[in-house]
Amino acid sequence: MGKIIDTKVSLCGIEIDNPIIPASGTFGYGYEFAELYDINMLGTFSFKGTTREPRFGNPTPRIAECCAGMINAVGLQNPGVDKVISEELVKMRAVFNKKVMANVSGFSVEDYAYTCERLDKCDEVGWLEVNVSCPNVHGGGMSFGTSPEAAAEVTRAVKAVTAKPVFIKLSPNVTDIVSIAKACEEAGADGISLINTLLGMRIDLKTRRPVIANKMGGFSGPAIFPVAVRMVYQVAQACSIPIIGMGGVSSAEDVIELMLAGATAVEVGACNLVNPYACRDIVNALPSAMEKYGIDRLSDIIGLAHK
Amino acid sequence: MEQVIFKIKSNEPIARSVYRMVLEGDTSAISASGQFVNLLIEGFFLRRPISVCDSVPGELTLVYKVVGKGTEAMSRMGEGEEVDILTGLGNGYDLTLSGDRPLLVGGGVGVPPLYRLCRELIAQGKSVSVILGFNTKDEVFYKDEFEALGAKVYVSTVDGSMGKKGFVTDCLEGLDYTYFYTCGPEPMLKALYRATATSGQFSFEERMGCGFGACMGCSCKTVTGYKRICKEGPVLCKEDIIWEK
Repeated sequence: MGKIIDTKVSLCGIEIDNPIIPASGTFGYGYEFAELYDINMLGTFSFKGTTREPRFGNPTPRIAECCAGMINAVGLQNPGVDKVISEELVKMRAVFNKKVMANVSGFSVEDYAYTCERLDKCDEVGWLEVNVSCPNVHGGGMSFGTSPEAAAEVTRAVKAVTAKPVFIKLSPNVTDIVSIAKACEEAGADGISLINTLLGMRIDLKTRRPVIANKMGGFSGPAIFPVAVRMVYQVAQACSIPIIGMGGVSSAEDVIELMLAGATAVEVGACNLVNPYACRDIVNALPSAMEKYGIDRLSDIIGLAHK
Repeated sequence: MEQVIFKIKSNEPIARSVYRMVLEGDTSAISASGQFVNLLIEGFFLRRPISVCDSVPGELTLVYKVVGKGTEAMSRMGEGEEVDILTGLGNGYDLTLSGDRPLLVGGGVGVPPLYRLCRELIAQGKSVSVILGFNTKDEVFYKDEFEALGAKVYVSTVDGSMGKKGFVTDCLEGLDYTYFYTCGPEPMLKALYRATATSGQFSFEERMGCGFGACMGCSCKTVTGYKRICKEGPVLCKEDIIWEK
């Protein structure tokens, strides 16, 4: 008799069929991928980072390649929260009937609160994922995510305007990730997402200039996976709220590893851009990987590496 | 878009640093000339976007220039090797606007996507003129192939070692055309934009992440809004272009 394999996990009270979540900025609003396969097989997905006002983003080139990864400096191109709600979410609903994760960015505390308040009113949004890696225009341009105080301030402002679970998405470009995660938890965050991209750069030997127009960008892909495992492990040790782990995930084994480190769910980013079927393939591979490692119920392994 | 495993039939140099790869596999997702495919090359994280030079049912032809490590690795691939390819990417050229006497202008590695277009236009009974621009005669390719299709071909080289000395725009004088289609380096596209008397379509190049519209890595501003070179492009109409760089 075959064992019953259970891939369900609970993410702040909302049960998802499996912990696989395409990461923001690598999956649009889902409909490009829905042309390829039924995206309802995913746990959920985190849609393109949304800001208060429309943004074109950075000049091109925005992309550079690295060993086992890539650098991007897209610069949060999006049509702004009003159009996201009136146009993109309408198109999304036609192809995705589960709760979606709304990814939010801002350049001031007020921006974050405004955008989250709008998205709070959308029934299809299950969770808010708040990206605090953006520069604070009122704080000298330093990223909100580099200081426990600024990250906590954003958390409090967002929590005040929404009843939906709030995940704060942290930047790894800090000296002490744990202090920032704890500050968010104390400020009322329902969960932590990590890691965002690592700051990186490439220079073209022929032109002797940076490859990317913005010079620097976010480094992602399988090369950063060990950094993700380490940071998820550290934060899981210090915090009791759920963690969504991400950073270079490309296989069902990577999902299991991040969950052992302490993640309740796992986002898949850069790999979607190389293999548009990456998330489908990982969902399909999960049961046999669980069987191989003697796992009946996936939720049982969360944080087991700490024991 | 479809993900297809192709098998290499041949992969040979045809000019200085330029190779032709012929592959066997399902080309049904390619619906228009000027579309591109995205190849996964072992040892490289991102795929390599390459324009479709020609496609017929079951066979895909790519003509590419070695410009970096990825295309260099591609040039070393041999007969019988399998390649994971996303096919049928981008919008491609719109043939309905060509008129009776379309002009095709290609510069260097911008020449290949014009080949399938030329074949289609001639099949529709159009009288096609083609201008091919290169730096020097060692880099010239596909002159004979375009002529074999029945096009009137003009060649320019910067050093004058073949055809007219100068740039593709130096071949425009006296040419009678109803519309034009072009692909090539951006300075050439800009010069052509100014020097042409009719409307036309331009195929652009940009560094891409995914090639299918997910990452917003190749966005540009146009008269009708933001577009992704990989999805709403690579072909833009003359009236839609905003030159930024």
